[in-house]
Amino acid sequence: MVACRAIGILGRFSAFRILRSRGYICRNFTESSALLTRTHINYGVKGDVAVIRINSPNSKVSHLISAIQSSIEIMNKSWPSDSIRSCRTYLIKAQAALFMLAACKTPQEVTQISQEAQRTFEKLEKSTKPVVAAISGSCLGGGLELAISCQYRIATKDRKTVLGSPEVLLGILPGAGGTQRLPKMVGVPAAFDMMLTGRNIRADRAKKMGLVDQLVEPLGPGLKPPEERTIEYLEEVAITFAKGLADKKISPKRDKGLVEKLTAYAMTVPFVRQQVYKKVEEKVRKQTKGLYPAPLKIIDVVKTGIEQGSDAGYLSESQKFGELAMTKESKALMGLYHGQVLCKKNKFGAPQKDVKHLAILGAGLMGAGIAQVSVDKGLKTILKDATLTGLGRGQQQVFKGLNDKVKKKALTSFERDSIFSNLTGQLDYQGFEKADMVIEAVFEDLSLKHRVLKEVEAVIPDHCVFASNTSALPISEIAAVSKRPEKVIGMHYFSPVDKMQLLEIITTEKTSKDTSASAVAVGLKQGKVIIVVKDGPGFYTTRCLAPMMSEVIRILQEGVDPKKLDSLTTSFGFPVGAATLVDEVGVDVAKHVAEDLGKAFGERFGGGNPELLTQMVSKGFLGRKSGKGFYIYQEGVKSKNLNSDMDSILASLKIPPKSEVSSDEDIQFRLVTRFVNEAVMCLQEGILATPAEGDIGAVFGLGFPPCLGGPFRFVDLYGAQKLVDRLKKYEAAYGKQFTPCQLLADHANSPNKKFYQ
Amino acid sequence: MTTILTYAFKNLPTTSKWALGFSIRPLSCSSQLRAAPAVQTKTKKTLTKPNIRNIVVVDGVRTPFLLSGTSYKDLMPHDVARAALTGLLHRTSVPKEVVDYIIFGTVIQEVKTSNVAREAALGAGFSDKTPAHTVTMACISANQAMTTGVGLIASGQCDVVVAGGVELMSDIPIRHSRKMRKLMLDLNKAKSVGQRLSLISKFRLNFLAPELPAVAEFSTSETMGHSADRLAAAFAVSRLEQDEYALRSHSLAKKAQDEGLLSDVVPFKVPGKDTVTKDNGIRPSSLEQMAKLKPAFIRPYGTVTAANSSFLTDGASAVLIMAEEKALAMGYKPKAYLRDFMYVSQDPKDQLLLGPTYATPKVLEKAGLTMNDIDAFEFHEAFSGQILANFKAMDSDWFAQNYMGRKTKVGLPPLEKFNNWGGSLSLGHPFGATGCRLVMTAANRLRKEGGQYGLVAACAAGGQVRYSVS
Repeated sequence: MVACRAIGILGRFSAFRILRSRGYICRNFTESSALLTRTHINYGVKGDVAVIRINSPNSKVSHLISAIQSSIEIMNKSWPSDSIRSCRTYLIKAQAALFMLAACKTPQEVTQISQEAQRTFEKLEKSTKPVVAAISGSCLGGGLELAISCQYRIATKDRKTVLGSPEVLLGILPGAGGTQRLPKMVGVPAAFDMMLTGRNIRADRAKKMGLVDQLVEPLGPGLKPPEERTIEYLEEVAITFAKGLADKKISPKRDKGLVEKLTAYAMTVPFVRQQVYKKVEEKVRKQTKGLYPAPLKIIDVVKTGIEQGSDAGYLSESQKFGELAMTKESKALMGLYHGQVLCKKNKFGAPQKDVKHLAILGAGLMGAGIAQVSVDKGLKTILKDATLTGLGRGQQQVFKGLNDKVKKKALTSFERDSIFSNLTGQLDYQGFEKADMVIEAVFEDLSLKHRVLKEVEAVIPDHCVFASNTSALPISEIAAVSKRPEKVIGMHYFSPVDKMQLLEIITTEKTSKDTSASAVAVGLKQGKVIIVVKDGPGFYTTRCLAPMMSEVIRILQEGVDPKKLDSLTTSFGFPVGAATLVDEVGVDVAKHVAEDLGKAFGERFGGGNPELLTQMVSKGFLGRKSGKGFYIYQEGVKSKNLNSDMDSILASLKIPPKSEVSSDEDIQFRLVTRFVNEAVMCLQEGILATPAEGDIGAVFGLGFPPCLGGPFRFVDLYGAQKLVDRLKKYEAAYGKQFTPCQLLADHANSPNKKFYQ
Repeated sequence: MTTILTYAFKNLPTTSKWALGFSIRPLSCSSQLRAAPAVQTKTKKTLTKPNIRNIVVVDGVRTPFLLSGTSYKDLMPHDVARAALTGLLHRTSVPKEVVDYIIFGTVIQEVKTSNVAREAALGAGFSDKTPAHTVTMACISANQAMTTGVGLIASGQCDVVVAGGVELMSDIPIRHSRKMRKLMLDLNKAKSVGQRLSLISKFRLNFLAPELPAVAEFSTSETMGHSADRLAAAFAVSRLEQDEYALRSHSLAKKAQDEGLLSDVVPFKVPGKDTVTKDNGIRPSSLEQMAKLKPAFIRPYGTVTAANSSFLTDGASAVLIMAEEKALAMGYKPKAYLRDFMYVSQDPKDQLLLGPTYATPKVLEKAGLTMNDIDAFEFHEAFSGQILANFKAMDSDWFAQNYMGRKTKVGLPPLEKFNNWGGSLSLGHPFGATGCRLVMTAANRLRKEGGQYGLVAACAAGGQVRYSVS
């Protein structure tokens, strides 16, 4: 899921600027009024070195560019160039970058912005006076492009400091010279990797790659708060290096390793280069299925720069940047980014009591997953299960999750141990009297949930919140037996909990505001993106998925091969094929949900014959967990083979396909329109509060194609009218299941109505 | 865990020979001393506690501290420890059957002599009926040995305890890798040739990569020098300040050595080599020379260098601790009382070496003393940067308020009373043995300079520090 990565894209990028002068210090003050008018820019002189710090969490890239421009101006104007040697260090903290693009209406406007930035950064790069970038915090996107325009880079070696060019995740490309400089700096293969995956690179890795030249260790407590002193220290070290560079005592050239040298040599051979481009392009095509234009354009621009020289490269970069910024995909991805920022806030405010002690009932896949994302955030967590074997499995899952991080060097073994000590595994209710929140993740059975709720309420303190992790059981039904229904809430996690970012929080009529605030606070602490929905059968996510799944069954009954169905859904942009998804979720779970929701919503959720699932369950084809579903799963075997035993089941339930709605495109749209229609209905019924939450929930929880931006964004971009037309066509063939809901019809009738204005 | 060891010196009648050093004290207490010429003189402040036995250091010795890889390089740790013990026997003439217990501290253990206290004691001619055990607490292992002894005496279990410490950095246990060890152990258990062959077939060349004992914190994987460099940076201690402090340490040590003040050193006839009579790490240099050195840990811009850090050292030390009445009954004239001590601990990552700052005010408070009462400060100097960072922390209200829960700063120890005879930077720092050296230096300084109270402090790996007031 590309969009998942979009998180944190706009990190902070920090820079200071150090101007060194000999005897002209007083002059820059008078000239720097342009800088000083901006509050996020701080300017001063240290010894014989002038320092400019750009430090703002929310400034736009335009500010960044104008700040750099004015400082270059100052340098050029105020000092006769032969009498000074000046070194400047940037440290920018800017919630950067790309959102000024939203205001642009045409590709030309965007291209212009890009060219302006290119020119500014080029001046910086060509500056005869050495420029040092000091980086602390996230240095992403435009921030990275600025950093690599400098002659030297120094970064703080902490977890917060990451470098990367995540533009691709927003459907655009690095438009300020990044596509041209990065390959020269880290080599073509590494540059492709950075720009095409958008991955964050930690400071120590960046040092190895040659992306930064020096690292500075974060400092502990001293005479000032550690963070403050660390930045100060970074600045001091940067000044030392700036002086060294000016005095030619330090060379900005880096010693390359043998492998790096060999790679660089290989890349000088045109044939090798062509092979690399071809390989990368193939891989990108395979992964994006042509749904995302940005990666291919990035390859193209890099290629132009290398083969035809920088001038052509810069031109191509700015043009492609302009084109990409105007694409639907880019709008969808940027929309997701905004939605995500929204879903990282607690709209209920701060809870009265911070949750410090958490108890989780059930050490299954979900329970242990929830425990894992809690303990590493410092929550004291009790994991309770009914059996020792179940508990042991759960504890092992948590340990393995942490240990994998140690193997990836994201944690030290000591940190793992100390995190793991936050977890207490037990079979009884000891210590529950201290719990601030209990999350139950027991089997999806109402009477069992009732039993644990009653048991727990006997031992927990009054303020303790009871959260139920269920994917379909209505929370109000669970809360029916509670003595204090205002403290009961739903927290629907997605499996695997440590990977899936979404958390769906379900409030009932009776749930108090403070309970909601507590649940959201805990979810945010666990690093989740949170949507808050009203209670109802299937809430939002499960409810949207169910009609689509019903359609999947019908399509299979109509004789479409599961493999074909998978490829149709993935080529539409879903990360996982529809048949595979059923296997992954578990056929029994799917059956359970289909039955429950079928009862609640009746005919609208019909379509496929649930008998298919019933028969699969009775034969033990439960999906991945039982080794057989639509596919056969074997340990250590990567390629999946169809489960041939399914043929007889499918044959027995076969229905004739309707040719007028069975083209590949129709099959795709039958699935998507049912999903979208149900999502819009959730908004209509007030289950969802905002379209943004609906989009985030669909993309992050259910894998709705990120390039479409979620069901609501899709309606806006695709056109409500066109969508309703399609629904009507399918309605004619199949009936009520495709009847467009009122809200969607309203949107179709008045073209000015949009979910996102 | 920071340790604070308080050693309270009590003044005995000036007529008493061993208290001569105190008679020059120009304070009012000296008149009181004369007025009450009893053994338990009332001084201006007495640290005697009701119902707790007074515990004294009769005397203490150490072998010369040598740079590792020099004269002691062919010895084993217990050889050096034995030299300290025989030296102590010789110096104090204590009858060996009187000694109730022997405790030694050590850090990097030689696996063959893991209870090095026992091996050394047997070889040094102590009674084989005297039990001995070994303690470890990083750089404050010897302090831990002494305070363990204090505990044994105070609780009435023993009357006479020998405490000491030893470290031999010339030889360290380098192990086979875990994989190789596992293979070798499995081979031991293998019964048939087939089993053996199948085990041997699992052998890979990388199994032979040796495993060195870490000079790094286990919890953070950070080496001590690296930590010291960061600490110095956190407190904005400059390279020049550090070099100047190191130079002070070396100059004072040289002066003390030349004037024969380091009387706790006993000559050691190393088998097959010449007799070693003095520490060989004291090298007063010039600031210019020191400025030329490259940073040793954080390259290329760090501030901790070989010249402003303590060096790897071989050496051992030992002290004789007794209950006061026992010492007096045996006719000893003890050198010092051991009073309050305290161990404290902090975050092993960022405050690893800040223990003295935390422990000093606590132990002073416990003893009812103030900084001004202390006449001799002996702090362990792991790194110049560490000592200076501690100074800055002690001098900072902000640090005291934000990290120590105090209203005001701890206050600086006056430099003219601080490590006047050099310190670990110049004399050397055999990890396990430094604690006893600090205590004996404090005691000898009080006698020589005429003071009443001494304070000993050290920082140790794991964020532990100990302090002692004597």
